Amino acid sequence: MNSLTRRRFLAASGVTATVAAGAALGWFELIDRARTDPLPTNAHVLVLLTLYGGNDGLGTVIPAADPAYQQARPDLAYAEHEVLPLREGLGLNPGMTGLKKLWDDRHLAIVRGVSYPQPDHSHFRSMAIWQTASPTDPLPTGWLGRWLDASGSDPLLAVSIGPVLPPMLAGATTAGAALPLGGLTLPQGALGRAFTALGQPAPGEPAPQAAAAAAVTDLHRAVTAFASAVNTTAKNTLTARATNGVGGGALAAQLDVVARCIEIGAPSRVYCVSLGGFDTHADERSTQQRLLNQVDSAVAAFLDRMATTDRGRKVVLAAYSEFGRRVAANASQGTDHGTSGPVLIAGQTVIGGFYGDQPSLTDLNDGDLKTTTDFRDTYATLLAKVLDTDPARILGPGRTVATYL
Amino acid sequence: MRLKRSASHLRVFRLSSATALNIFKVAMSPGAVAGPRAEEPADRDALRRLLQRLGLGPRPGELDRAVKVGFAATLEGLLHPVGADAGLVSTPVPVFGLEPTAPGAKPGSAARRAVNQQVAARAMELQAWWVDRMAAVDAPLPERLAWFWHGHFATAIGKVRSAPMMLAQNETFRRLGAGDFRELARALIVDPAMLVWLDGAQNRKGRPNENLAREFMELFTLGVGNYTETDVRQAARALTGWRVNRVTGTASLLAAQHDPGPQTIQGTTASLDATGFADLVVARPESAEFIATRMWTRFASTTPPGPATLAALTAAYGPRRDITALLHAIATNPGFRDPAAVLVRQPVEWVVAMLRALRLRPSALPAPAQRALRAGLTQLGQVPFDPPNVGGWPSGTAWLTTAAAAARLTLAQALTPHADLTLVTAAARPARVDATAALLGLSTLRDRTRAALDGLTDNPPQLVALALASPENLVSG
Repeated sequence: MNSLTRRRFLAASGVTATVAAGAALGWFELIDRARTDPLPTNAHVLVLLTLYGGNDGLGTVIPAADPAYQQARPDLAYAEHEVLPLREGLGLNPGMTGLKKLWDDRHLAIVRGVSYPQPDHSHFRSMAIWQTASPTDPLPTGWLGRWLDASGSDPLLAVSIGPVLPPMLAGATTAGAALPLGGLTLPQGALGRAFTALGQPAPGEPAPQAAAAAAVTDLHRAVTAFASAVNTTAKNTLTARATNGVGGGALAAQLDVVARCIEIGAPSRVYCVSLGGFDTHADERSTQQRLLNQVDSAVAAFLDRMATTDRGRKVVLAAYSEFGRRVAANASQGTDHGTSGPVLIAGQTVIGGFYGDQPSLTDLNDGDLKTTTDFRDTYATLLAKVLDTDPARILGPGRTVATYL
Repeated sequence: MRLKRSASHLRVFRLSSATALNIFKVAMSPGAVAGPRAEEPADRDALRRLLQRLGLGPRPGELDRAVKVGFAATLEGLLHPVGADAGLVSTPVPVFGLEPTAPGAKPGSAARRAVNQQVAARAMELQAWWVDRMAAVDAPLPERLAWFWHGHFATAIGKVRSAPMMLAQNETFRRLGAGDFRELARALIVDPAMLVWLDGAQNRKGRPNENLAREFMELFTLGVGNYTETDVRQAARALTGWRVNRVTGTASLLAAQHDPGPQTIQGTTASLDATGFADLVVARPESAEFIATRMWTRFASTTPPGPATLAALTAAYGPRRDITALLHAIATNPGFRDPAAVLVRQPVEWVVAMLRALRLRPSALPAPAQRALRAGLTQLGQVPFDPPNVGGWPSGTAWLTTAAAAARLTLAQALTPHADLTLVTAAARPARVDATAALLGLSTLRDRTRAALDGLTDNPPQLVALALASPENLVSG
């Protein structure tokens, strides 16, 4: 599979049932609330970047100085002089010069060996675990959805950029809002008036039909408020998708919309963005470097922009993937599904450095890296330090809050 | 007892099949011919579902004809079409020449760009052909099933980069998609496009690539939770050695790169090859339940089948893994008629139903309308032969977004001016809303929609476009 998307995961997840309702909220509500009820300038904001497909952690934070790495991946490995040096024999992928600068400025935390007990090699199961924060039992709610439930049930507190809501934003009673890119143009005249009328709810109609009507109403509200900014962004996004099917341009465009939302004082505390294509079973080196470079340029530009405003300086960006990849390369200059990987956390309030132990390349679990950091501890830290929420309410007891925030 | 009864049912259906196909043929010519009345009372809502879900949406007159002959005969006509299909004959598969190549050309060079343009043009030709075919056929089920299996064994041309290989896979869905699932699975696991798509062509003895083995079990045959990580690694060994020739578009097994095993998969130890592995997993009871549930949720209801329904479906599917028998069991299950079992139409289903209701053939449209059709499918997020990933497209309300609402109206507006709307224009203005609903085969319109449409009765193309974008037409109710 070359491009795992939120839409795909949505289809495979058990969390879909509650999703439609929140998706009916859109740009109009956001812009209206930014005017009437703006986010306080001292509130922290989380931007969560999901890398779909299983990003190779060993190709991201690279143990280039470890002979075991060179031996496990004779055709794939980066030489020591090729990587962007960090510390402890580790280096960033050569495509990540922007994040290297953040590291040097001590605004990038690298949490190492992050996964969950008994890792699952299915994209869909593993992503469901990450998004629900439940490694053992399937849960019908996402971790940020439960946070929405616990935070006053306001869908605009957590928004996703793009047409489909990721399951992590679906709570038991509240779903975050999915804000679409593009398509914000409408017919005028009699047809425009008639189209508006189609959005009226009709008593007793089936739920999917009601959802279709609600989408029409939402569209009309949104167009009047947010069309020019979003349509510019959407044009860039569509162009990027058309050229390479995934598009760092797509990620840059999503982050551009997030930046606008934050700058106008939108009420959201959480923004979800994503990039797919990390399932590098074959020809990994060039594909991953291209993708990581797209992540790097989009994220670095976004954080540079954020550093220029009061609200922006409160932003924390966290990037994760559903799993890393097998230590040994396969025969196709790629790697198969693996286990733990690094989580990257960046922003002006982040205390840079390494957190958690680097998994051994020789003490493996059936060919896979061991886990040194439970992913729920990362969530716990974000909940406690960014979202001002007791992690136990969302994740259950026993979690450890880290010190990078 | 059960077997006996279903066998005799089948015989009765077969006798009426020639009549049943007439539903679809007669509709081609105006002026319906009365068919024999079925014994059971006609059920218009159930028949609408049947024509929308096992078919590709009714053409004008087809729903009325189906009501006349009844549910059983209509279903039989769908499942066992007989006679020539003029729409099929008029949409022959495209013939592609050799794969464009530029040996040694550097990335970014003019030669490479020219190749990329040719590859993209061939992909667009293939995509346009299939939509045209789906709009044209008299007997819709083979195309409907090819569409379903394309979503199930989701393979994307963006990575395969070969229109002929994607077409060959598509023809396999058409050839085997209503028969024995074992044969379909055996064909797909060594299908050249699939081997490229899931890296099966790079899987060799000693250094396996697990991608195809895993997704074959997780997404194609068993479902997550019904296999182990050991199964994946062992299955990858069984699938080693296949190579794809991009020039001929064929796959072959290189014995020297195949791991002869033995492998232990799902508790069975044997020297397994691709066919042996496919047969092993498809024979598992979990596979029958997985396939039955998948088809149920796409054809009948987003609510998964209860235990009794699932038992009935898997019994019909049987050890012969009979897809047509499974479809028959789904359509005749009481749950198929449950008023709550409303399905959201996926974009391609919505587009094809529109083309059939308006009797439009994309290939006959002027170029701007063809471009609008292509752009519409792209904006709606569903371009044939280009699923987002191996999991295929979602179903349900994920499609009902604000952006899609705008894209649907834009596309409908681009197409209705080219349609024959005589049924609407011939009606007096106060009757035009009902005439539009009849043209599209819509059930009851809500007051909200009726009021909206009332404002457009002086402009039939806009009237029909808005009805196409109405909430009532976005679901199979």
